[in-house]
Amino acid sequence: MIIDALLDKQQKRLIQARARKRFIQRVIAYGVMIVGAVTMIAPFLWMVTASLTKAGDIVLGGRDWWQGWIPTSFIWKNYVEAFRVVPFLRFYLNSIFVVLLTTVGQVATSAFSAYAFARLRFPGRDQIFFAYIATMMIPGAVTMIPVFILLKYLGWIDSYKAMILPGIFTAYGTFMLRQFFMTLPSDLEDAAKIDGCSYFGIFWRVLLPLCKPALATLTTFTFMGTWMNFMWPLVVINSQEKFTLPVGLAYFQSLHNTDWTLLMAGSVMMIFPILMVFMFNQRYFVEGIKLSGIKG
Amino acid sequence: MRQKFQLKDRTKEALAGYGFLMPNFVGFLVFTSIPVCASMALSFFSWDLLSPPKFVGIANFIELFKDPFFWKYCWNTVVLMCAIPFSVAGSLLLALAMNQKLKGIVFFRTVYFLPTICSGVAIYVLWRFIYNPEFGALNAMIFKLGELIHLPLRGPNWLTDEQWAKPALIIMSVWQTVGGYNMILYLAALQGVPRDYYDAAEVDGANEWQKFWNVTWPQISPTTFFIVIMSIIGGFQAGFDPAYIMTGGGPNGSTTTIIYYIYNNAFQWHNMGYAAAISWILFIIVFIITVLQWRMFGRVVHY
Repeated sequence: MIIDALLDKQQKRLIQARARKRFIQRVIAYGVMIVGAVTMIAPFLWMVTASLTKAGDIVLGGRDWWQGWIPTSFIWKNYVEAFRVVPFLRFYLNSIFVVLLTTVGQVATSAFSAYAFARLRFPGRDQIFFAYIATMMIPGAVTMIPVFILLKYLGWIDSYKAMILPGIFTAYGTFMLRQFFMTLPSDLEDAAKIDGCSYFGIFWRVLLPLCKPALATLTTFTFMGTWMNFMWPLVVINSQEKFTLPVGLAYFQSLHNTDWTLLMAGSVMMIFPILMVFMFNQRYFVEGIKLSGIKG
Repeated sequence: MRQKFQLKDRTKEALAGYGFLMPNFVGFLVFTSIPVCASMALSFFSWDLLSPPKFVGIANFIELFKDPFFWKYCWNTVVLMCAIPFSVAGSLLLALAMNQKLKGIVFFRTVYFLPTICSGVAIYVLWRFIYNPEFGALNAMIFKLGELIHLPLRGPNWLTDEQWAKPALIIMSVWQTVGGYNMILYLAALQGVPRDYYDAAEVDGANEWQKFWNVTWPQISPTTFFIVIMSIIGGFQAGFDPAYIMTGGGPNGSTTTIIYYIYNNAFQWHNMGYAAAISWILFIIVFIITVLQWRMFGRVVHY
C-alpha cells in the first residue's frame, strides 16, 4: 500500500516535471517564432504605411515613431497618382503577357522532353540528358552574352520575343519533371499501350493527369521567377512601352528618387499579384522545394 | 515476321522520343548549348559589337588577372557571403521552433516566406527607403533606442557610406533568405530524424542540448552541407539586382559584385570578349566548388 502510494507520487512528480519542461519548450518555440514573424512582417508594414501617407509627412517628419508602422491616414490617391505618373498599367500588362507565355511555353516543352527522357528509348537519349544536367551548373551569365549578341543579329532586341523565348527552354524544368515521371509506376502505361494507345495518348491521358502536382510546382516556380526577373528584361528592352514591372519600377525610381509614397505604392502593387499566387499555390511551392531541393 | 514487327515498334518509339524532345531540344541548343560554346570562343576575342571581332588569344584573361577592379569585386562578392552563416543558423533556429508541432505553423511558414516570395525590385526599393539615413525606419529605430537608454545614438548613412554599404546588403540578405527555401529544407530534414534516436538518447539521460548536438545535428548534416554549398554557389552569382537598385554598385565600387562587373562590361561598355572571360572565371569557380562537393559529400556528412 505505502509503496504503491510512494510510487504513485514519484510518477506524478515525473509527469509534472515533463509537462513543465514541455511547457517551457513551447514558450521558447513560440517566442522564437513570434520574433521571427515580427521581423519578417515589419518592413512590409513600413511599406504599406508609407504608401498610404501624405507625401509631405514622411519627409517633413512630425510623425510619432509608431506612425511609420501603422497607417493612420489612408491616402488611396497615392495609388491613383502612381498610375498617373508612370504607365504602371502598361508595365502590368507587359509583365502578365511575358509571364504567361514564358510559363506556358516552359511547362509544355519541359513536360514533352521530360516524358521522352523518362519513358521512351531512343539512341543518344542518355548522352543528351547528360548534356542537359551538365549545363545546369553553368552560371546564367555565361550564356547571357552570346544570347544577347544572337538576338541583336536577329534584330530581336527590344522585342517581347527577346524576353520570352530564352526563358522557355530551361534544363531545370525538364530535369524536375523527368525526376517526377520516373517515380510514377509504369503499369498504367503498359495497359494503355496494350489497348493500342498512341505515345501522345499515353502522355496526354495517362501521365499528365498523374503529375499535376509537379506541373503545378513548375508553373508556380516559373511564374514567380519570371515575374521577378529583372536583369534580362533590363538588358534586352530599351523602350519604355515594353518595360516589365521590375524594370518599370526601377526606371520609376531613377526618375522619382525621393518620392517615397509613390515608390512604396508602386512596390505594393508589384508585390500584390505574386502574393496572391503564393497564397493559393503555397502547398505546391513547399512540396516543390522538398521534391527538388533546388532553388527555382 | 515477328522480328520485323519488333523492329518497327522500336523505331516508332525512337521517333516518338525525338518528336517529344524536339521542341525543348531546339531551344536548348539555340539558347544554352551553342551559347556556352560561343561564350568560350568569345573570351578569346576582343569585340565592341561595332568593329569586327579581333582574336587576342588569352589576352583577356591576362588583363583580368592584372585588373585591380576585378579582384576588388571578387572580394566584395566573398564579403557579401558573410550573410550565409547568419542566414543558415537563423533558418535552423526557426525550423527547430516550427518542428515543435505547435498551432499556427502554416501561418508562420507563410509569413517567413514573404521576403523570399517578394524578392525583387520592389523589396530593394523598400529597403533603400528603410536604410534612408533621414526618414528610414532603421535609423529612426536606432534614434528611438538612443532616447530610451539616454545615449545620443545616430545611425550611419547606410547605403552611401563605403563602410556600411556591405553590412546593409548583408542584413537585408539575411532577412530575405532566413525563412525561405533553407528553412523548408531544414524542416523536412528535422521531420525525417527517426523518433527512436531521441527516445534512446532520453533513456541515456541526455539533456536537450546533448540531444541536439549528438542526434539532430549529425542527422541533418547532409542538409546543412547541401544548403551551405548551394548558398555559396548562388552567392558567387548574386548581387546584381540589389546593388543595381540600392547603390548602383557604389559607393566607390564597394557593392559591385562579379556579376555586376560582367553586366557593366558587356552591356554598358560593350567589352564583349572581356565580359565573356569574366563569366568563364565565374564558371570555373562554381565548377570547382561543385566538384569539391562531390568529392567531400561522402566524408564530411553523416547519413
